[in-house]
Amino acid sequence: MNNKPEVKDPFAGERLKESHFHPRQALLNLRDAWSSWNGYKFANYYYDEEYEYFCVRNSCATYDICPMQKYIISGPDAEAMLDRMVTRDLTKLKENRVTYVCWCTDEGRLIDDGTIFRLGADRFLLTCGSPSLAWLRKSAFGFDQLQITDMSDTIAALSLQGPTSCEVLKKMGLRGIENLKPFCIAHFPFADSEGTPLMVSRTGFTGDLGYELWISPDLALAFWDALYAAGENYGIQPYGETATNMARLEAGFIMPGMEFNEALKTIHFQYDQTPFELSLDWLVDFKKPHFNGRKALLKARDQGAEYTLIKLDIEGNKPAEESFLYSDQDCSKEIGYVTSAMWSPVVKANIALAMVQTAALKGSIWAEIYYSKELRHHSKVAKCTLQEKPFWAPERARATPPAAF
Amino acid sequence: MKKYDAIIVGAGHNGLTNAAYLAKAGLDVLVVEKNEYIGGAAVTREMHDGWFYSSCSYVCSMMRQTIHRDLNLTKHGLVLVPYLGTVVFADNGDTMTSYHSEEAEYNQLRRRSPHDADAMFRFQTDLGRYAKLIRKTLLRTPPDPTSFRPRDIRELLWLAKEFWSLGEKELYEYIRFFTMSAADFLDDYFEDDLIKAAMASPGVIGTALGVYSPGSAYILLHHVMGDVDGNLGAWGLARGGMGAISNAIAGALQEQGGEIRTNAGVDKIVVKNGRATGVVLDNGDELQANIVVSNMDAKRTFTQCMDKNDLPPGIYEKAKNFKIRGSSGKVNIALSGLPKFNNVADNRYINRGGQGFVGSMETMERAYDCWKHGRWSEDPFIESVIPSAWDPTVAPPGQHWMSNFVQYCPSQLADGPWTAEKRDAFGQTVINKIERYSPGFKNLIVHMEVRTPHDIEAEVGLTEGNIFQGELTIDQLLFNRPFPGYAQYRMPIKNMYMCGSSTHPGGGVSSACGANAAREILIDLKRPNTVPKDDFYDE
Repeated sequence: MNNKPEVKDPFAGERLKESHFHPRQALLNLRDAWSSWNGYKFANYYYDEEYEYFCVRNSCATYDICPMQKYIISGPDAEAMLDRMVTRDLTKLKENRVTYVCWCTDEGRLIDDGTIFRLGADRFLLTCGSPSLAWLRKSAFGFDQLQITDMSDTIAALSLQGPTSCEVLKKMGLRGIENLKPFCIAHFPFADSEGTPLMVSRTGFTGDLGYELWISPDLALAFWDALYAAGENYGIQPYGETATNMARLEAGFIMPGMEFNEALKTIHFQYDQTPFELSLDWLVDFKKPHFNGRKALLKARDQGAEYTLIKLDIEGNKPAEESFLYSDQDCSKEIGYVTSAMWSPVVKANIALAMVQTAALKGSIWAEIYYSKELRHHSKVAKCTLQEKPFWAPERARATPPAAF
Repeated sequence: MKKYDAIIVGAGHNGLTNAAYLAKAGLDVLVVEKNEYIGGAAVTREMHDGWFYSSCSYVCSMMRQTIHRDLNLTKHGLVLVPYLGTVVFADNGDTMTSYHSEEAEYNQLRRRSPHDADAMFRFQTDLGRYAKLIRKTLLRTPPDPTSFRPRDIRELLWLAKEFWSLGEKELYEYIRFFTMSAADFLDDYFEDDLIKAAMASPGVIGTALGVYSPGSAYILLHHVMGDVDGNLGAWGLARGGMGAISNAIAGALQEQGGEIRTNAGVDKIVVKNGRATGVVLDNGDELQANIVVSNMDAKRTFTQCMDKNDLPPGIYEKAKNFKIRGSSGKVNIALSGLPKFNNVADNRYINRGGQGFVGSMETMERAYDCWKHGRWSEDPFIESVIPSAWDPTVAPPGQHWMSNFVQYCPSQLADGPWTAEKRDAFGQTVINKIERYSPGFKNLIVHMEVRTPHDIEAEVGLTEGNIFQGELTIDQLLFNRPFPGYAQYRMPIKNMYMCGSSTHPGGGVSSACGANAAREILIDLKRPNTVPKDDFYDE
């Protein structure tokens, strides 16, 4: 018996929560590079940002999505309620399928984006970056026959991304995983547990071949060990926030706090965005009768967006972080600003996402880039080329079965 | 008979780059290649079931990013992945790891020598300064110092300005640096022998010089001036092997309408009335072209593939005496598992990058002594990389491919020609040495390909198997490469050019020689230039 008096941590209230995979991830976080997400301790990177990024593009890597918000919405009214909340037509979403959605305020301003999983006729899983319980409850007014359960802390989840990801899951014994199509869901047995406690969706945030793996917290560590054992010879490695941000930018995916300011957190009038401004027109379905923000969005569509989110390929190799954009090389007429920028190691291009005045899109675009060299600041003006397609979109991300890595 | 605008001899990466830029300018180009596959020394071949060897060159850092981007090589399948963690081994069993974190690296150097840990900062800074200058010349045509053409004068002035920007003291140091030995250069910084040996090894790679030979300091720089995504001195692997580079360039070439013909070795470059008019293939077929571009090395081009009578006598002589000595062999090994090494922690990062079996400064010099006497080194310097630890596509899962670059190994042996037995004995020397540091290594061997300089010459066509197409010493660099007066890619025969590593900026998978030559050709043909300017992180 250990009779030592328990020492209370006087800072307990200030410390971050630890994810279900923390013990394993902490061991591999050689640089102690921690950041945070939704109250969880969360790795910025583990060993080296660029190495982790390359694991996503070259072998495979895992990203902890335990801190992501997860809600189960169930009951006879679940479909109708969600369909009214989001801008996409959810009635078309089949069982065991996932869809990317966004939802807006009455004024048609973007609150958040996320994914909805249809787990059954009356059962949905909604995942998103920021806590959304209050908005979900508000959106459920008038729908009595449903239940909203916050599962954020009670589902353990890992995103497994990269060219060898399918092979690793095969190696783990997930039979038929190669036939799982993008945005589809399958359930698998795990170890000695009863039934099929492991849910796999072919989803991700990297634009590459990849899966998200969902399991109950009590199986989390055993699951990690099994996954890493299977991945040992396939270059498996955890990756953190920095590598995620690189991969998602190459894929052209938007990020809250970068491309858009969540409407419910926006103080200044119209400093938030409509889906049209974010080039998410394809997410807004006016064919369905009513949804939140419909009227305002119809008006916004007819008026046309003042700003449009675009992809830019910029000459030179200085990332255009926080650059202003101009219609002329002399930088006399400002037309927009860069939201995210980086040198893309895989494409070997200087890429960016940017908000540009829609009217100025036809003309030329120049970025005023600031950079520093051994403490001295410099600036340059670089020509930008509008890019229609994602910077990185390999065939394997869409193919079923994905070709051998 | 069809007449091409240009025929390029040799589908190595420089030949393909040259052709791609000519095709991009609208020229009708044909690349002829003696082997049934393309790539030259940047090639991937499945030599054993499931194992894809980069048979010759095996890592990449010189590749001009500007060209990668401009030719959109990613679209054509090229992904360059940086690799981390090299361990060097000393004769006495000591090891030293190059960690990927500056702090870890510093702590480790400090354990060996606090002085050297500190001196490393100055060493890296000086190398960075020298590299910065040389890097700027890579995608430029060297000026002719004797010419009064405005372009040459402009370029000379530019070069002078760049040199002067070093400052007076550094300029003296730099000039000295070009003629120094790696050992003398390193003595200025370090006291620990293993640190010196580790740093000196790039100074002799691919070269018939020892660590104490004058000129080896520059070669050291040549090996650390590359970068991967702006990380100076970093090395990368081409996903799928080095052949991925050649294949991607070939893809860009074919997209522009260029043509490649394999199994088409060139017997002779045809010269009529002092002009190159085409080539005669080994099978006797004659192909006509307005210009002929040789991607073969200078010695092979002029002494093997041209009629002596077609050449100015001086040129034949220069080509014959061109310094292109074979000094290295290559042993490609398929392994059933990841080897473990004595005194190296078994962790997921450092036991799988590269291994440098350097021994000591003395051991490296002794290895060179053997070469001087026409023997392969009894205790060779080996630079190994296990690409399969990073690249899942080159060996079956859980099994590995190990590339071993071995020095020294002569092209001609003192005791008569190379035979299969001698080659095996050379291979045994190599694996015996590795076994010393990795007990049980031999039991992991599934397949092994031993390549002597003689084999490399026979297969790739590099004279004496010299990996640089000619030594990188000051007498053969910049406006001296390949010969003084002919450094601007134009050869003494009209309508004939060179685009291989025998030209500036020399060896390495950089695509720079091919691109520079294309730019000169397009100037002569009065076509718009398609070759981009180089783009630097430290502009």
